[in-house]
Amino acid sequence: MNASIDPVLPATVPETDSRRASWYESPARTRVSLLLDEESFEEFLGPEQREMSPNLRAFDLPEQFDDGMIIGRGSLSRIPVFVAAQEGRFMGGAFGEVHGAKLTGLLRAARDLRSVPVIILFDTGGVRLQEANAGELAIAEIMRAVIEARVAGVTVIGLIGGRAGCYGGGGLIAGCCSALAVSEQGRISVSGPEVIETNRGVEEFDSKDRALVWRTMGGKHRRLIGGADVFVDDTIADFRDTALGLLADARPFSLQTLKNEQTRLESRVQQFGECPDAIDIWRSMGIADADTVPEMTYDQFTAVVGKIGSTDHAAR
Amino acid sequence: MEVLSFKHEVSKSAAGTTKQAITGVVASGNLEVLVERTASEKWCVVEIRTTVRGFNPVWEAVVDDFVGRFATGGLLFSINDGGARPDTVSLRLAQALRLMEKTEK
Repeated sequence: MNASIDPVLPATVPETDSRRASWYESPARTRVSLLLDEESFEEFLGPEQREMSPNLRAFDLPEQFDDGMIIGRGSLSRIPVFVAAQEGRFMGGAFGEVHGAKLTGLLRAARDLRSVPVIILFDTGGVRLQEANAGELAIAEIMRAVIEARVAGVTVIGLIGGRAGCYGGGGLIAGCCSALAVSEQGRISVSGPEVIETNRGVEEFDSKDRALVWRTMGGKHRRLIGGADVFVDDTIADFRDTALGLLADARPFSLQTLKNEQTRLESRVQQFGECPDAIDIWRSMGIADADTVPEMTYDQFTAVVGKIGSTDHAAR
Repeated sequence: MEVLSFKHEVSKSAAGTTKQAITGVVASGNLEVLVERTASEKWCVVEIRTTVRGFNPVWEAVVDDFVGRFATGGLLFSINDGGARPDTVSLRLAQALRLMEKTEK
């Protein structure tokens, strides 16, 4: 006998508690909606506009309605902000023509308005190989747009903790931002592990050695050497609190800032250039039990970071 | 790329007043579903773009089942498929419908 069963829709609303939601596990849209004040997000060129890559069709590859880039405006603790978020699971969050143009447009709007900060939620493997020329151009345009916005007085903050990390041109753009926050899961670099191994050999970098990859490109190391300003826990709430802190801490940008950054990077090479491994760097920074850094919990690691002090505010 | 379209005449209009909703990601074994409200209350349209060829009967069965179970009148579902299994498709369609149930302010 077939008893008639009332169809019930699944209770599938995505995670709504930002203290519980993992940044790493969440899709880009969930990150945006839980990062910003409730219901404050207003999307530009939303999925219903179907502004998709014109190039993927030539390869018979599936498209995504937002081309993996969500842009718009909203508020963070009532402060108006522009937001851009990459969906790392669509083509590895890679930059293509439309994907890149959306971020360029947002940054130019911020430059013209001068008063609204931009928060970029990076989650990218770099340039999309199927539209590589357009992607490379997009990276260059975005880097210029970030700098132009900063010259106009706009703070541009990068948040990194997604599954694709922040690689390739994404790493270059991140390097142009006013400040970066990274979680343990976030990785920042330009060339990825496999790329380095392919070009320089396995003796240079063994991409299969995951521990090596994480201690070279992972969030902890980036924070320790000053590549990122804040180390965050993997919750959307912690990213939100950190973004607010970085906004409050924004500094003006000038030629002197860039000179200071150059000095900082030069002295970093002088200090650590001979170190064969990240652990040697941490040891020479004076961290006791440097080899236990990768295993440290968030609280243990932030205690270590507290002793080292904050990144150089005059630089970047 | 295979483009499929299914149009069903239905008796019940969908609940809620939300204009549009989106769920899912175009990743391997996954798909995205964009739902929009249309003017014609008695039709439910499902449009699919997939790179996996030859599964028309399966898509048809999944859509028939979905439209038969829920009130979907006046909705257009647009799908970009990344090679999702039928159960994942059913789940995403239901999720998308759920998101439309809200009454917009």
